[in-house]
Amino acid sequence: MSETNTAAGYLDMDLLRFTTAGSVDDGKSTLIGRLLYDSKAIFEDQLEAVEKSSKSRGDEHINLALLTDGLRSEREQGITIDVAYRYFATPKRKFIIADTPGHTQYTRNMVTGASTANLAILLVDARKGIIEQTCRHAFIANLLRIQHVVVCINKMDLVEWDESTYNAIVDDFKRFSSRLDNIVDITFIPASALLGDNIVEESRNMPWYKGSTLLYHLETVYIGGDENHIDARLPIQWVIRPHSDKWHDFRGFAGRIAGGVFKPGDKVKVLPSGFESTVKAIHTMEGKLQEAFAPMSIALTLEDEIDVSRGDMLVKLNNPPEPKQSIEAMICWFSADKQLVGRGKYILRHTEKEVKALIQEVRYKVNINTLHKIEDDLVFTHNDIGRITIHTSAPLMADSYRRNRITGSFVLIDEQTNETVAAGMII
Amino acid sequence: MHQDYSITHLKQLESEAIYILRETAAQFEKPVLLFSGGKDSIVMAHLAKKAFYPARLPFPLMHVDTGHNFPETIAYRDHFIEELGAELVIASVQEAIDAGKVKEETGPHASRNGLQTVALLDGLEAGNYDAALGGGRRDEEKARAKERFFSHRDAFGQWDPKNQRPELWNIFNGRKHHGEHFRVFPLSNWTEMDIWQYIKLEAIDLPNLYFSHVRPCFERNGVVMAVSDFIELMPEEALSVKDMRVRFRTIGDATCTGAALSDAADLDAIIDEVAVARQTERGTRADDKRSETAMEDRKKEGYF
Repeated sequence: MSETNTAAGYLDMDLLRFTTAGSVDDGKSTLIGRLLYDSKAIFEDQLEAVEKSSKSRGDEHINLALLTDGLRSEREQGITIDVAYRYFATPKRKFIIADTPGHTQYTRNMVTGASTANLAILLVDARKGIIEQTCRHAFIANLLRIQHVVVCINKMDLVEWDESTYNAIVDDFKRFSSRLDNIVDITFIPASALLGDNIVEESRNMPWYKGSTLLYHLETVYIGGDENHIDARLPIQWVIRPHSDKWHDFRGFAGRIAGGVFKPGDKVKVLPSGFESTVKAIHTMEGKLQEAFAPMSIALTLEDEIDVSRGDMLVKLNNPPEPKQSIEAMICWFSADKQLVGRGKYILRHTEKEVKALIQEVRYKVNINTLHKIEDDLVFTHNDIGRITIHTSAPLMADSYRRNRITGSFVLIDEQTNETVAAGMII
Repeated sequence: MHQDYSITHLKQLESEAIYILRETAAQFEKPVLLFSGGKDSIVMAHLAKKAFYPARLPFPLMHVDTGHNFPETIAYRDHFIEELGAELVIASVQEAIDAGKVKEETGPHASRNGLQTVALLDGLEAGNYDAALGGGRRDEEKARAKERFFSHRDAFGQWDPKNQRPELWNIFNGRKHHGEHFRVFPLSNWTEMDIWQYIKLEAIDLPNLYFSHVRPCFERNGVVMAVSDFIELMPEEALSVKDMRVRFRTIGDATCTGAALSDAADLDAIIDEVAVARQTERGTRADDKRSETAMEDRKKEGYF
């Protein structure tokens, strides 16, 4: 039994969110199945049910996709339609996997899964090397600013555990990835998910590899530097007013810190009004805090009675974001029914604020397989990625996505259907 | 000076859930928190208390009452709500039956579980609630694994799993047309183990049904069930009734919630037990065993 899961072991575990993308035949299910099974996140009754369905569908092996492809249409068609979230834990960490299908038509799912991930696992078949799909996944990881990438070179058993094959793939990927400047850390691991080499246990077949196993890497990779702890940002979600005798004048400005550190005594400014004040206290139900930082949910009080409401942002005086009404952004188009229309109007949702948005200019689309710009076809359909300019009805307190994933991101909503039609990253 | 600005996995899950709870209060006109008296809804109500502290909850709690409760659940519920200072709304399955809106199943396998959907949808409509907070988790069941934090329901209360809104970063789109509503799941990313660890960390008081105790039980389809006034026993089941040392891993309607043989009498023992468990907690739920997609089918109709 892993000690994680004992009563004592849980207090210093942290959380790592990662994505995997790929199709059935590159061994992704086998890899995830091994991580889940070895960490005991799959239960007997789940395994029995999956075994039974696999058999009745005529599958040769147990099809682990059936564990989370729970929807009737997914099971009938044998495809994953949606992002599947899976969970497991070891003594060091809890893991959330956002598992997405790898084909071009699922780009929007990959983007969704990547938006909250700290790390991406790119699976490469050692026999095939770097293919279009690998580049696509790497491009999306970079676009969504996943800072840690593991290139898992799988099926090493099928290339006789050959070191030079591995090295050639590593070189190939490095050449390609030099253009992906958001990725700060790339780790290469030769593995066989089917036989278990370098997944949880070290491989005996590849003594030439001196690095860590996949699981050890996932458990120990340092992600503490991923959040922005420099630019203090608190988007206000809700104002707490108890209306009770004990808390008569209490006005707590509640939200989840999107960046930086707040302490009592800090000079702060409310945007967009520009009023200034000082942090009086940081409140939680357990008592007051001496400091708070991303991604904590807190409520704070100010020394002065100033007007603050939902959609405002509290920042420190030294480095406030620049209010912008003209936004340059990369977007991924999600809607299957509607296309992005030049001069089209949408609702733009950024942090806790909604404004109207007008598409001012469509600059280019990206062919995500070749990474070339497309400038002669500027109509965005389902799964297209590209760069646009937006004009908003009110200023946004935005940072660039590179600096801050929360204050640098937005979605576009169709006014008629209320559907989320695009996700955007501010440049 | 290097300082490690990191928080534990439980604190991250807590912060995420509080964010969702506040977002629900802000984006909807009249939210309600679905409270069953089970551990997940207890944790959710505890988080709601934290989210709005020192103010009271800005929404009421709703209990969809099948009438087939373990008496312990009701006693706990009333005490909990009083401590919380919250308002309780009851959506009654018995009333739906009395009004002739639904027909009760009969026979030994009769369950009111499916009838809850009608009482729930009626309760939401009667109160004009436009968002219902639920304690569902993605690790619980494969249809729930595909559920969003903010999950759209059409004017008939139905879920369209193939056409869900994408959710990125922490941006949640709760826009809707008149008559539609949302189900919101702040505990989406929690596992059963996280729930137990959090209960321990926060010293949250639970109904004693969760802890090992002795009560008369019988076996049905390999599942241990508690004897209650609401279950009709088959003749051979009546013969097999005996006192067993059990606890409940989930608490639902008494007619479909199985017990687990267990000596775990405190939280540490339960956490150890969950860590070595080889069956999911819903493995003891007869309602999920009706077919491979039983949960999806019920959810599409408007179930929790």
